[in-house]
Amino acid sequence: MICKDVPDLIQPYTDAELDSDKAAALEAHLRDCQDCNRLVEAERNWQRTVQAGMTRFTASDRLRARLAVALAEADGTEAARPPARTWRPLAMAASLALAIVTSSGLTAYFTLPGEQDRMVDSVVSGHVRSLMAGHLTDIPSSDQHTVKPWFHGRIDLAPPVDDLAAQGYPLIGGRLDYLDRHPAAALVYQHRQHPINLFVVAASPTAGGDDKSGSISSLTERGYNVLHWASGGMAFWAVSDLDLGELKAFARLYQTRSAAPTP
Amino acid sequence: MVEQSRLRRFNEIAVPHLDAAYNLARWLTRNENDAEDVVQEAYLRAFKFFDGYRGGDARAWILKIVRHTCFTWLARNRPAELVPSGDDDDDRAAPAGAPRSDPETLLLQRLDTELLNRLIDKLPNPYREILVLREIEDLSYREIAEVLALPIGTVMSRLARARERLQRAARGSVMPRLVR
Repeated sequence: MICKDVPDLIQPYTDAELDSDKAAALEAHLRDCQDCNRLVEAERNWQRTVQAGMTRFTASDRLRARLAVALAEADGTEAARPPARTWRPLAMAASLALAIVTSSGLTAYFTLPGEQDRMVDSVVSGHVRSLMAGHLTDIPSSDQHTVKPWFHGRIDLAPPVDDLAAQGYPLIGGRLDYLDRHPAAALVYQHRQHPINLFVVAASPTAGGDDKSGSISSLTERGYNVLHWASGGMAFWAVSDLDLGELKAFARLYQTRSAAPTP
Repeated sequence: MVEQSRLRRFNEIAVPHLDAAYNLARWLTRNENDAEDVVQEAYLRAFKFFDGYRGGDARAWILKIVRHTCFTWLARNRPAELVPSGDDDDDRAAPAGAPRSDPETLLLQRLDTELLNRLIDKLPNPYREILVLREIEDLSYREIAEVLALPIGTVMSRLARARERLQRAARGSVMPRLVR
């Protein structure tokens, strides 16, 4: 090999793309030729500078959440679903029932079946997604004093966070999610190995003033139990594959604890 | 349940490359929000055509779609950026870098990171993207050829030219008086 053959080989060589015979010939030449060796080193150093210096942009949590929602939606609309979207009549019936059951100002909220439907759908999708993507928590912690402040600045809500481990419902962590295009705080609890997602969103502006009743309504959607109540300007959605009784027990525990005066 | 396993399979194959996808889109659009829009669109497109994915290098497959979506997006929103640079890099051997003096080499190595990124940002799209694929994603020539749908020979000459252009720009800003 002679010096004038070298320049064309430098980049393939430093990129490790040169076949072994050529690489061996080049290396033999480089051992004897200081000038060519310097060229190769300069190129290598420059590439290292570029590789080390170029910014590696990474996908934000916001993009990940957004994308998960969009894909779940695309999955829902694309697949030729059986004509009866079984959850619809269920949710409709449920919202009608809710409208009857709740006599207070909450009625205004619950009589918006479209909104209610979409929320129930996204609550269950959100739950499934969190399990499927293995992305249950952004902040895995059983410490309520770690989880609660984590939401600060990430979402315009300060949901009560209480560890209910003593009652058999340990806190697993928290996560930021999107429900029906609204940011939601997701608190993750567990009972007998069954994860519970408790989604908290700002109460719908159409909701009436008095949401202190906190009365819990329930329905079943795609095999998951969903509970809903509103309190303190926030709407709560608990979802799990736990049986209804256990999930209700959880909801009451959570309500009781969060209603307790905080020092 | 069929559609669920399809989404799950897609999540397993495509989502691990989300950082690479976003990085490429971010470099090409030069804007955070636009890059997020493009990536979402690209992933939805990839999901739609997922049945056509026959295995193989998932990252190259995704990057190819992201890149295509980027250019479609740019054509729609910022057509001015797609004006050909006038550089004919293809099928011509790149000029070999002239031997450089040691002090100059040293200076280049200490090039400020921020400046380096700014200089890359100013390169025409074809050079910028090939640098992203090679220097950040560490793709082989063959993989780059796959993503850009180009022959390997063209990948080599374009990469050499991109590096040459960047070095020239760097030299120009580090020591203006030495610019040829």
